Amino acid sequence: MSFEKKLGLIVNPIAGIGGRVGLKGSDGAEIQKKALELGAVPQSLNRAVEALERVTPLKDHLEIITYPSEMGEDAAKKCGFSPIVVGSIRKGETTAEDTKNAAKEMLRLDVNLLLFAGGDGTARDIYDAIGEEMTVLGIPAGVKIHSAVFGISPRSAGDLAVLYLRGRCGIREAEVMDVDEEAIRRGIVSAKLYGYLRVPFEKRLVQGIKTSSGGGDREAMEAIACDVVERMKDDYLYIIGPGTTTRAITSKLGLNKTLIGVDMVSRGKLVGTDVNEAQLLKLLQKHKAKIIITPIGGQGYIFGRGNQQISPEVIKKVGRDNIIVVATPEKINSLRGQFLLVDTGDRAVDKMLSGYIRVITGYNEEIMYKISLER
Amino acid sequence: MSKKKPTVYPYIPNSVSTIKNQMLKEVGAKTAEDFFEDIPEKLRLKKNMNLPKPLLSEYSLRKHIEGILSKNKTCQEYLNFLGAGCWQHYVPAVCDEVNQRSEFLTAYAGEPYDDHGRFQALFEYASMMGELLNMDVVNVPTYDWLQAAATSIRMASRITGRREVLVSRTISADKLSKIRDYCKPEIEVKLLGYDPETGQLDLDSLKFEISSKTAAVYFENPSYLGFIEAHGDKISKIAHDHGAICIVGVDPISLGILTPPIEYGVDIVCGDLQPLGMHMQFGGGQAGFIATRDEEKYVMEYPSRLFGIAPTSVEGEYGFGDVAYERTSFVLREEGKEFVGTAAALWGITAGVYLALMGPQGMREIGESIMQRSRYAMLQISKIKGVKCPVFRSTHFKEFVVNFDDTGKTVAEINKALLRRKIFGGKDLTKEFPELGNSALYCVTEIHTKNDIDRLANALKEAVE
Amino acid sequence: MEDITKKRYADGKPKLRRFHQAKWDEPIIFELSKEGERGILIPEVEDEVKNEVGDVMSTIPEDMRRKQPPKLPEISQPRVLRHYVRLSQETLGTDLNIDVGQGTCTMKYSPKINEQLARMPQMAEIHPLQDEETVQGILEVMYKFEQILKEISGMDQFSFQPGGGSQAIYANASIIRAYHEARGEADQRNEIITTIFSHPSNAACAKTAGFKVITLYPDEDGYPDLEALKAAVSERTAGLMITNPEDTGIFNPNIEEFVKVVHEAGGLCFYDQANANGILGITRAREADFDLCHFNLHKTFSSPHGCGGPAVGAIGVTKELSKFLPVPVIEFDGSKYHLNYDRPESIGKVRSFYGVAPVVLKAYAWVMSLGAEGLKEVAEVAVLNSNYLFKKLLEIRGVSAPYAKGKRRIEQVRYSWEKLTKDTGVHSEEIGLRAADFGVHYWTSHHPWIVPEPCTLEPTESYSKAELDEYIEILRRVSEEAYTNPELVKTAPHNSTIHKIDHTPLDDPSQWAMTWRAYRKKVRKEKE
Repeated sequence: MSFEKKLGLIVNPIAGIGGRVGLKGSDGAEIQKKALELGAVPQSLNRAVEALERVTPLKDHLEIITYPSEMGEDAAKKCGFSPIVVGSIRKGETTAEDTKNAAKEMLRLDVNLLLFAGGDGTARDIYDAIGEEMTVLGIPAGVKIHSAVFGISPRSAGDLAVLYLRGRCGIREAEVMDVDEEAIRRGIVSAKLYGYLRVPFEKRLVQGIKTSSGGGDREAMEAIACDVVERMKDDYLYIIGPGTTTRAITSKLGLNKTLIGVDMVSRGKLVGTDVNEAQLLKLLQKHKAKIIITPIGGQGYIFGRGNQQISPEVIKKVGRDNIIVVATPEKINSLRGQFLLVDTGDRAVDKMLSGYIRVITGYNEEIMYKISLER
Repeated sequence: MSKKKPTVYPYIPNSVSTIKNQMLKEVGAKTAEDFFEDIPEKLRLKKNMNLPKPLLSEYSLRKHIEGILSKNKTCQEYLNFLGAGCWQHYVPAVCDEVNQRSEFLTAYAGEPYDDHGRFQALFEYASMMGELLNMDVVNVPTYDWLQAAATSIRMASRITGRREVLVSRTISADKLSKIRDYCKPEIEVKLLGYDPETGQLDLDSLKFEISSKTAAVYFENPSYLGFIEAHGDKISKIAHDHGAICIVGVDPISLGILTPPIEYGVDIVCGDLQPLGMHMQFGGGQAGFIATRDEEKYVMEYPSRLFGIAPTSVEGEYGFGDVAYERTSFVLREEGKEFVGTAAALWGITAGVYLALMGPQGMREIGESIMQRSRYAMLQISKIKGVKCPVFRSTHFKEFVVNFDDTGKTVAEINKALLRRKIFGGKDLTKEFPELGNSALYCVTEIHTKNDIDRLANALKEAVE
Repeated sequence: MEDITKKRYADGKPKLRRFHQAKWDEPIIFELSKEGERGILIPEVEDEVKNEVGDVMSTIPEDMRRKQPPKLPEISQPRVLRHYVRLSQETLGTDLNIDVGQGTCTMKYSPKINEQLARMPQMAEIHPLQDEETVQGILEVMYKFEQILKEISGMDQFSFQPGGGSQAIYANASIIRAYHEARGEADQRNEIITTIFSHPSNAACAKTAGFKVITLYPDEDGYPDLEALKAAVSERTAGLMITNPEDTGIFNPNIEEFVKVVHEAGGLCFYDQANANGILGITRAREADFDLCHFNLHKTFSSPHGCGGPAVGAIGVTKELSKFLPVPVIEFDGSKYHLNYDRPESIGKVRSFYGVAPVVLKAYAWVMSLGAEGLKEVAEVAVLNSNYLFKKLLEIRGVSAPYAKGKRRIEQVRYSWEKLTKDTGVHSEEIGLRAADFGVHYWTSHHPWIVPEPCTLEPTESYSKAELDEYIEILRRVSEEAYTNPELVKTAPHNSTIHKIDHTPLDDPSQWAMTWRAYRKKVRKEKE
């Protein structure tokens, strides 16, 4: 079996380096210098190597394209690859621009898969550069990550890359998040859904054989959309949170959903796009409503990470019984048994939400899943 | 009372006390009871089950079973003219030899490596059926024709997104019952009329009933009542004109001489494999097949496994595997692909052996000989006073309806008389098709000699006098 | 000569066998075809018959007459036999291997005496529609076996009509539907609850029967989550469909509460007893208050698997639900056995005739050879074997068994190679393929893989301690290899019939070929 594939590799040399030594963010030459002075040790090289080692069996069939020295060349060579090195950087002073340029270059060179080592910031940079035009996969590099575009571990990322290159994976859209942990700790809710990247996913973790309730992620979303749309009632307003699964619902109605905002639908028509809390509350004065939401990001939050417009007030007015949670089987499996989480900012509302809830996972298919306040 | 020596069972190697105790010790349990400690006391059976005394020696077991089964009268001792869904055809010795092979008999769900033989045998069965039907996709067998027909209909419904099926009236009551039950959640079943003279599906009835709600039209060829439907092309055209799928149920042993349904526009073909090398076994030899063209929208709707051929890392080596393991649906409505499970694979392999032995010449010869014998039977029976045979003015394959209205006798009475002469008469249709009066469905195959048929004719003559 | 056995044993234990599967590199049957060869000849039609009937072929309507003969292969008889015997050799049936690796399939010994009995003419050469008088024997067997299953399960009536476990589950879903319909609640009650570790057919069949399926995930200990169940029931609940013990081998200690909760909500409870092998004579569906259950006669009751059928899924119900059973049912009036079709509320036909009678016969013979004590022995030894494997396997590097820490398992265990995979990068499937190099099967799990890198082993009662030791030794060896020579494991199998399959064509519509004719057209680009 022979095939020639191109694997792009970008390593963000100082991803998360700041956080460890108490510095916010890690972009910019200044912060990098400061961090190294404070004794920070770059993690991403090791993580990248861990992932790449899994890919070595494909060495003879694979062309690795990467950026110079600490942005990928070092990691590739360490694993025994002879990569094609493109672009140029200033060693020790790499910036977000370098990441973006690298990604654009890889797109131009038509790589089959782009592996990148870093954190949420790196994911955002990649997204800014190439959006959903290429399949990418993140190697987690040591910081708490909210975006759902990363492997569970560097090794898993490597394994998943191999499976994808062998054609044994499906593709799905995964959320890129902008979460300020520091601010959250200080009680400021500031998580944002930034955008979506196209990532591989391992089918065997979800697909049914003997059940033959087939389909990949896209099909699961369509099934969910069919189910939800069929049950929509005319006398309700539907508040639809961000997410690819919820977007499938609006698509089914022939509507265009905002990518990362909250929209409102009534009687099959859009009656509000990218609305804020105030707009929601105004409409709720006169109308009954249901909320349709899906877990966002890699941590399993259904409220509080990317849909804060659906505030505690809104939730209270709508009522727990009118909350519809949707999630594909793949999404549920990626939670690996962890609960769904809520962090609305209002402890009492969080408590009200916790407990078992029905999650629609297909057409005429639901599961009972637990919502918790914390892990 | 003295303690009985614990029985050592031949089927249970570790029932030997010393071994059992050794294992218990290694596992850290005192008795086997320990393993059930997590089962609530309330749910535990307090006493031994009240079952018949065991026949521990193989000899006594054999005597016991043989004793019971000897109360059966076989179709070797009696002359059999029953069909109606299970038919008596000759089973080549090699077919039995292959499906008795230890490996085939006891294999199940191994990988395409350790069970390569099973995969190849089933791929070859599908391939030979494919040649018989001129179709490129054939499934791993399902339970029987009833299931194959019901699944074909639901497949058509998923593909077209429609919820109604039109079904020929001249199918068995059993099949209709199965279709109704299986389609109940989603699909409405409507029956089409037939011409009382010829039995042929009434095209006017079809044109009247069909609409843009129709997912499929289902009929059988030959019909359950034995005649050959002559207007398959018209039926499929009407179906297609309305965007419906055309499904036909066939008898595979007729396909050496009858044209494959795809030639007259049929989209899905189904049927029973039993005539191809399976003994009747009181209805235990049934196996259903479904075949379609090799188009993604059809392939994706099969609930059964489909085995495809694939290369391996060694040049020139054949490998096999599941095709489209994850079936996606082209219909927006995801209803799920029914279910798949243990069904009738061994009979599929056997059907493959049968077709390989028969070859194109054998299939042609058997088809022709069956028609010759059944036609001879129809001629002899029609000579009997008061008997109308065949009831339908059409060409028949191996089965035909015989009417006894003018004899003043019921089918039940006639069959009892035949039974006394050690003959199994045709299936009593009076309840199933009341409009046909006192009628029975007779089946004649390649196993019936001229003498057998003459004997039947004579016996019928005496029975109606 | 030197003692050969000296080299076969080490420390008194046999070394691992140097297995190689039969490898015939056998062509596809079409490639054996030689024009003119015949495999069997048809009985000739007598001249008098031919003369009287004339040319029958011309009586076939023109459009219905076959124009071109089917392109079946033409092969002489011995070559056909040889082909299939070779393919048979390339198949690892239970009769050949220590088949503990096909978890949930209950691959036990299928006694040969039962095969012989089922092939007697008195079983094989009887037509299902023969006058009842002439089939009293087989009706007696089926009726008597029904009585046996009634005792084993505690249920009131059985049907053997379903042709397998999945069809049985579907039939039971159909009965649940009929029950609610009769009470006018069918529209209201359209939800069936099941668990993720129940057999996937529970969900699939319920869905096929038109129900909405609510799946419960297990709690942290791997038990079906009772709290989740309570949150899931409502006035829309039609029933619960649950396998117990589940496919992880864990018996749900709250099974009675599960049934109570669902009954209180107005639903029926169905017990999927595909995993009954470890609880025969130990516990029953009745004691837990179930309304319906089914058994796989080709699993617990020893009928052979036949590569995937024929089979029987015997369904049992309480008195209240008997009227819904598929038709006909077998009854006994004290002297004769009858087929009763007068069942107006029956769900109708599930399968042709009365089910696969030979499978029922084999199951009956199996039970008759064991009796109540024997069945209990089956359960106890099956569970002992499973717990023996359980203990020994956990001693192997890289193996764990998630859930129910410290608790027993029943007849099977789901293991995880997660640690080994983390350490070595070798996956469960690869371990399985390397195990095949030693002549055994190995099965991971149904999808979805909740347990990572799974492996499910079910020994049943049919294997000796020595055989179990051999299987354990095989897995120990493969584990060792994963740590010391992972490439050997990752490139397995090496001693099998064929080498690593390239699956890519199988998912590509432009390349897949499910018949030889499709292959010739698509890949060899042959014209028709």
